Amino acid sequence: MALLEIKNLHVEVEDKKILKGLTLTIEKGQVAAIMGPNGSGKSTLAYVLAGKDNYHVTEGEVLLDGESILDMAPDERAAKGVFLAFQYPVEVPGVATMTFLRTALNAQRKQRNEPEYSTPEFLKLVRETSKHLGIDQEMLRRAVNVGFSGGEKKRNEILQMAVLQPRLAVLDETDSGLDIDALKIVADGVNRLRAPDRSMIVITHYQRLLNYIVPDVVHVMAKGRVVKSGGKELALELEASGYAQFADEAA
Amino acid sequence: MNVEVRATKTPAEQALANAFAAMRGTLPGEGAIAALRDEAFKRFDAKGLPHRRVEEWKYTDLRALMREAKPLAGPAGARPKGDIAPILTGVEADRIAIVNGRYEPAWSDFKASDPGVIFAELFKFLADNPEYLLGEVPGGDDPAQWLNTAFMSGGVALRIKRGTAVAKPIHIAHVFSGDAAAAMYPRVVIIVELGAQVTLVESFSGPDSLDYQVNSALELAIGDGAHVDHIKVGCDGDKALRVSTLGVTIGAKAAYKNFAFTLGGAVVRNQTFVRFGGEGSQGAIDGASLLKGRQHVDNTLVINHAVGHCVSRERFKSVLDGESHGIFQGKIIVEPHAQKTDGKMMTRALLLSDEAEADNKPELEIFADDVVCGHGATAGALDPGLKFYLMSRGIPAKEAEALLVQAFIAEVIEEIAHEGIRDALTFAALKWLGSRP
Repeated sequence: MALLEIKNLHVEVEDKKILKGLTLTIEKGQVAAIMGPNGSGKSTLAYVLAGKDNYHVTEGEVLLDGESILDMAPDERAAKGVFLAFQYPVEVPGVATMTFLRTALNAQRKQRNEPEYSTPEFLKLVRETSKHLGIDQEMLRRAVNVGFSGGEKKRNEILQMAVLQPRLAVLDETDSGLDIDALKIVADGVNRLRAPDRSMIVITHYQRLLNYIVPDVVHVMAKGRVVKSGGKELALELEASGYAQFADEAA
Repeated sequence: MNVEVRATKTPAEQALANAFAAMRGTLPGEGAIAALRDEAFKRFDAKGLPHRRVEEWKYTDLRALMREAKPLAGPAGARPKGDIAPILTGVEADRIAIVNGRYEPAWSDFKASDPGVIFAELFKFLADNPEYLLGEVPGGDDPAQWLNTAFMSGGVALRIKRGTAVAKPIHIAHVFSGDAAAAMYPRVVIIVELGAQVTLVESFSGPDSLDYQVNSALELAIGDGAHVDHIKVGCDGDKALRVSTLGVTIGAKAAYKNFAFTLGGAVVRNQTFVRFGGEGSQGAIDGASLLKGRQHVDNTLVINHAVGHCVSRERFKSVLDGESHGIFQGKIIVEPHAQKTDGKMMTRALLLSDEAEADNKPELEIFADDVVCGHGATAGALDPGLKFYLMSRGIPAKEAEALLVQAFIAEVIEEIAHEGIRDALTFAALKWLGSRP
């Protein structure tokens, strides 16, 4: 069954057409890789799903469990289970990571009419998750992402994802800026979160990440649309042939 | 060509002149004090209320903002049941109440358990200590200060004796009390002797919907090796006009921290004049303002490095909502022989509405050549990228804004050493954020 259905989506950013009729379906429990050259609209898709301002949908629809999310504010989408792991996580001075996690989790639970987590439950959840990601308690006390290395920021994104337990996780170039060891830790964190009721969209420019997070399907984007879909072997083909073929195809 | 032509007096200036003529015989203090009042009023009368063409008062045009001069406030009534300093409820301190400009023992809770703390009503202190010269602090050459000297109705003098480490904060609570608007002119003298340590709190409060006026002055002399933490909390009523002048002299190897927290008042000007008079001292002049509606709050500093080898830090943050107007003017002066001076000033304004206005005027006047001085100023709205990041995690817009504003302001509040006061101000900031529409 489909968790996410994107139908004929057209998106403009500052009067520039970025997505031009994108259609994509993500099944429940599926891990889908989206690959494509720079400027193909991959990150735009990620931001549109999360509900960023100034991304204007001019046509088409986005349905989560059959319900349109396009009129929802970002926090409402998050409460419905949408999570975006940012390509460039933002530094939030003055807000401790622990406070941030707790505020976010309880805000979501409140919107879903679920009881707030008790302090011991919450601490247990964070402690266990952060251990797997090699995040120490000191990092949790520091302001969100302030003074974190690139790898620490990406691990913090996965920690947030693990705590918030989304139904649809969008990972926007989570591999960028990571060395191989950091990549393994992050991929391991993502793999732990694979579940029959959780779908993931893994956006990446390179095939490398997909050695560690093995996708069920691979979609190729070019010029604002999905131009080819296939199994995980499609990623390897692309690695060999490059994206040039699609530049011509979509033109 | 440069002869200044004084225009006709404004109604407020005329009322002040009339009041001074009528009251000068009845105001407390004789001899030298009376002469000081006459001299101060003469100087004020020659210039009048400061206005926008007076550079130091450019953004706070008192001539325009102070339409009338209220009559001098009468004596305080019975002590009210509630706390006399709203924000600081629960902070354990020795409280000295100055109500309607006069020391009120019945409103005070001052145990004076420490023999190293000596305290007296201002005019009793001045009569007993004729060697103490009032007004010999920086900032004396200012129209607001002249007015305070002319009309000062009372106050206290506090002496922290040599080597005394005062355990509890000493809180001077200025309160306006009454049903009709009036003016009060309290004056406070604090002397912190060699090696003494104290936390001083000043608060200003009064009822909403009453356009009372406050012109307060505090002179603070900090001895060699002394440590003073000074927290000023402005929670005046929403129609109040207040000008507070602070003059500080700092001895050698001393440490002074000042934090001005402003939430209340219609028009507020905190003017702070600091003079480093001994080498090896440190001064931190910080502040935070949270403003809404049509509030106008001006923090003006003049930091004078008269000697070398001192460090000064100024950090001010303001959060401006509605049509509020926040002003920061900071001047660092380094005198010719004040080598190895290290002075840095930073001011940041966060605008929460399109109608709010922030004015920053940092100035450096450096006459020595071996110094490190700098300043930075920013003003802007909440970062939309930050807000989106928080919202994408499920935090609703209003809560996300509150979290970011709180973080912004916490950065300076955290500089306060006293935990109880820090918590009280943090809580007040949260309450302010919670009350935003």
